[in-house]
Amino acid sequence: MTTTTDDTQHDSHADDHHEHHIPYGIKRWLYTTNHKDIGTLYLWFAFIMFLTGGAMAMVIRAELFQPGLQIVEPHFFNQMTTVHGLIMVFGAVMPAFTGLANWLIPMMIGAPDMALPRMNNWSFWILPFAFLILLSSLFLEGGGPAFGWTFYAPLSTTYSADSTALFVFAVHIMGASSIMGAINVVVTIFNMRAPGMTWMKMPLFVWTWLITAFLLIAVMPVLAGAVTMVLTDKFFGTSFFDAAGGGDPVMFQHIFWFFGHPEVYIMILPAFGIISQIIPTFARKQLFGYASMVYATASIALLSFIVWAHHMFTTGMPVAAELFFMFATMLISVPTGVKIFNWVATMWRGSMTFEVPMLFALAFIVLFTIGGLSGLMLAITPVDFQYHDTYFVVAHFHYVLVTGAIFSIMAAVYYWLPKWTGKMFHIGLAKWHFWCSLVSVNVLFFPMHFVGLAGMPRRIPDYALQFADINKWISIGGFAFGLSQLIFLVLLIKACKKQGEPVSNQVWEGAEGLEWEIPSPAPYHSFETPPFVK
Amino acid sequence: MKNILFKAGTMLLALMTAPVFADTKDKIEQYQLNMTKGVTDISADVYDMHMLMFVICVVIGAGVFIAMFISMYFHRKSRGAKPANFHENVKVEIAWTVIPFIILIAMAVPAMNLLIDMEDASEPDVTVLVTGSQWKWHYKYMDNDVEYYSKLATQADQISGKLDKGVNYLLEVDRPLVVPTGQKVRFLITSDDVIHSWWVPAFAIKQDANPGFINDAWAIANEPGVYRGQCAELCGKSHGFMPIVVVAKEPAEYDMWVSEQEAIQLEAKEKEQRLLSMNMTMDESMLMGEKVYSANCAACHMPNGEGLPGVFPALKGSQIAVADEPKHIDILINGVPGSAMQSYAKQLTMSEIAAVVTYERNAWGNDTGDLVQAKDINSAMNGQ
Repeated sequence: MTTTTDDTQHDSHADDHHEHHIPYGIKRWLYTTNHKDIGTLYLWFAFIMFLTGGAMAMVIRAELFQPGLQIVEPHFFNQMTTVHGLIMVFGAVMPAFTGLANWLIPMMIGAPDMALPRMNNWSFWILPFAFLILLSSLFLEGGGPAFGWTFYAPLSTTYSADSTALFVFAVHIMGASSIMGAINVVVTIFNMRAPGMTWMKMPLFVWTWLITAFLLIAVMPVLAGAVTMVLTDKFFGTSFFDAAGGGDPVMFQHIFWFFGHPEVYIMILPAFGIISQIIPTFARKQLFGYASMVYATASIALLSFIVWAHHMFTTGMPVAAELFFMFATMLISVPTGVKIFNWVATMWRGSMTFEVPMLFALAFIVLFTIGGLSGLMLAITPVDFQYHDTYFVVAHFHYVLVTGAIFSIMAAVYYWLPKWTGKMFHIGLAKWHFWCSLVSVNVLFFPMHFVGLAGMPRRIPDYALQFADINKWISIGGFAFGLSQLIFLVLLIKACKKQGEPVSNQVWEGAEGLEWEIPSPAPYHSFETPPFVK
Repeated sequence: MKNILFKAGTMLLALMTAPVFADTKDKIEQYQLNMTKGVTDISADVYDMHMLMFVICVVIGAGVFIAMFISMYFHRKSRGAKPANFHENVKVEIAWTVIPFIILIAMAVPAMNLLIDMEDASEPDVTVLVTGSQWKWHYKYMDNDVEYYSKLATQADQISGKLDKGVNYLLEVDRPLVVPTGQKVRFLITSDDVIHSWWVPAFAIKQDANPGFINDAWAIANEPGVYRGQCAELCGKSHGFMPIVVVAKEPAEYDMWVSEQEAIQLEAKEKEQRLLSMNMTMDESMLMGEKVYSANCAACHMPNGEGLPGVFPALKGSQIAVADEPKHIDILINGVPGSAMQSYAKQLTMSEIAAVVTYERNAWGNDTGDLVQAKDINSAMNGQ
């Protein structure tokens, strides 16, 4: 891909804007409509939430270090598991991907900014308030949400604390923010591609995010509906989920998972995009099967709407429904397999080097595959009866979310950070971060498969003695993984202080794409004159 | 560089297996690391299916990883590898779409047959109604006059660490469910409050208990024995403390047990009627009340009667517990609709309700001096 840009004109524009439009200090960040600033805000917010949710995981693992109740009460333990889940899903993974989308999509498609910059500002700045509301509910009388991040009725309605109203409001705000972010991505990609950037020339990160954005627009309103029904059931006397009033508690689960399953792919499709950018760079070979990658992503997205009830095999559905959802779920492994095979084929007969982004990407492929295969096992309904709601499930979804989504985000940050700051990050620290994370994350999550199979239910603050030794190792892995992220924090602070060696425009030897053709660091305004993509 | 990469590769492989096995190798006999085979034909089939899926997944995973590690080793720039130029191959791409699909069909057919067997709860020999409530199980034998609650039997001091933990810590109950071996037992499963899930791994049964709806499951236990499980769906504060214990007995022994239970429960009902005309002293009442309180009430209202502000109301100094006696009795009998406070009319005898009301009105400085008798409860129940 080659481009032509009028550099002189570009520079003078950047200076103009600098003089007239960029306020200093806090106002710069509060009023900003610049996609790069907003991307940075999203990413830092996500990282702070990652550490906050991680601290809660540390509380959980400390309590589970040995049998018996030592550190927290069961009611508080339930608040920790609930808020940990909510923060990691809505506060860490999703905003991090939105941050990456903000930074990268305009640069990748040759657009000067996102299509709707003011909405962009708004969609970020309502987020901190959503989480402030959610976290403050922990300090109220009766505590915060304690019904799991899935908030099954009637535990979240009749039997919950009054702070549920705050939880509902917080989720509404998060949903509004996500929808605005998604609309912005769709409008940007549809309207602002540089001349010559046809659909099938778009980088895969852009493709996967486009499909993700449609998923978000489709299912976030469903989540909003679910929380609203919880609100009215609890406070206004409706009976959507109360059998005594003609409702059905299982209907809640259908509605929730109709949102929840596409949500799972919302958290993994952009990761597929990131890996599809990184592997070709460090294999120095074009991505294998670009078109099949696009079609696989689209099929995963479509299938995600017809598999939701595989989270509900034990709720007592009719056999026909169980069979349908089992078959549909198994089907998802076909396009997912295609992706993994394509990545391996990209590496095959390439010329590989193993810089830090590549290390994370390779770890992603191996560990996400493990998570995907345990997912295939979970799809088999008769066996799922034994796996369901045990640590086997906890192991499965942490493999796809931590070593899947989170590792891909870390890979992305290491890959594009030099482009953002203009300086190479501290490679020594980055390698420490990678190896410590890789070892500890497996000590943390791999043994969970075994305690789960042996019969340990999830979401319990105390357990039978047979699970004691393995849980100790899980906790040790957990603390080590938590501490490893502080290395990342130090590295990011150094990077933001612009320490390190200056990098070239291309940064990585094999990197291709529009974002690698503009200077490093990327100027505040890039592609004010659209490039032409041949 | 070569060396580092080789180390990296082997470490990655070692990681997949080492942390768990290294620690447990010498003690492997003590720990269960895999799914239980169970004691029913179905649970054995489920175990086999699990192992089949596991092996298929390991083979697929190994194939992918081997291909990946081969190219990581041989196709490295440091070995002088030059990138090839291919980036698509329709035949290969069709192959790795179609082959997995065929493997999936091979997996789906046996899974479908097993599932259809599992869901056929028709023509049972014995039917038990299993009702979950926060945080205990109730078992009612539909063909006999036997019903009772089954609650955690582990002492609170073991949980808090004041006492050593027993072998069956958190997996022991006061009254286990008893089923006959060799007979088809159907479980009808429902709930009085939130969603629970009745899980007995040895029977490969995990079925949600939904309030207002009834699910079913079934098992034919092949061997007598004691089988332990736990509630599997988050159901509030003490979700981790509502175990399930099933004892499978030979049919003859089971029949004996049932008739024994019928006799005991009949006698208890008669005793209850006799007690209506008797009065308990304050001391007797307080002693009995404290026992009932710590078994049934302390989980929410706390042993010191202070509750959990915002979730479970305090009884200490509450207007109902120090003043409004009829309301106090009414709450015990009928529960508080739309809250976690359930009805105890079915769970406790009238004299137990009387004793616990007395206890709550005189403990923790609620010194009302009120002494409630079983006949007061009886008249309240009958609306007099």
